Amino acid sequence: MLSVHLILFLVFGAVAVAGAVNLLVQTHPINSALSLIAVMAALAGEYLLLGAEFVAAVQVIVYAGAIMVLFVFVIMLLNAGVEEHTKGSRVAILLGVPGMLAGTLLVAWVDLKYSGTQPVPVGALPGAPRTIGLLLFHEFLLPFEITSILILIAIMGAVVLASKPTAAGGPAKKVHD
Amino acid sequence: MVPLSYYLVLSGILFACGVLGFLIKRNIITIFMSIELMLNGVNLSFVAFAAHWHALAGQVFVFFVMVVAAAEAAVGLAIIISVYRTRETLNIDQVNLLKL
Repeated sequence: MLSVHLILFLVFGAVAVAGAVNLLVQTHPINSALSLIAVMAALAGEYLLLGAEFVAAVQVIVYAGAIMVLFVFVIMLLNAGVEEHTKGSRVAILLGVPGMLAGTLLVAWVDLKYSGTQPVPVGALPGAPRTIGLLLFHEFLLPFEITSILILIAIMGAVVLASKPTAAGGPAKKVHD
Repeated sequence: MVPLSYYLVLSGILFACGVLGFLIKRNIITIFMSIELMLNGVNLSFVAFAAHWHALAGQVFVFFVMVVAAAEAAVGLAIIISVYRTRETLNIDQVNLLKL
């Protein structure tokens, strides 16, 4: 019998898989980026079904919001066009598609056969922001602080890498008037 | 009530789509997006296991994965801009030498 939970899982899962396949089929990067946003929004729905409210909100705000805006910004900035296929990529398609289909079927078969079918109840584990925050600032305080250093390094690295070669120092080309 | 294995199968399908995109795509930005798709697939299995084993640490791990993905996206896109500036192409078949 189909419960509401199962129906919602199937709907969100169908949207996620359709978006992921569309990402592969599309040839223009902007279409791929938009279908990836659809995948992330559908996954946020799955997180809500699992009771992870905080993770669902962060998924929408950080992933579908911030990171994908960065992607779309770079696609627009570089004026990326339709990709062209070469001999190597045709070989990759011919070998990769059957290989990954076989791998997925194997993983699905093992999961369905051996991982048991204990159901995951709705809201059994409330992942409210308060609970996550308490865990984050008590038990996981050191990793949290280390990630802040990581973010700082990433900011500096992005600025250095994306700056003009003349402004980065070193043997830069001097422009004489 | 959805069995845990359904979530794992969905997560596996998303991860496989990410690997396939990494293999068959030739645009460097789309390859980067495929990596994000793989990270999302793994995040789903983290949250599903957290709900199954009643361990909230799984959701905290997802938070850390997102932080690392954000840092990786910033640095990776800066590298892509740098590559485009020196080679004037985004096709990875034409970016096959480390030296210019």
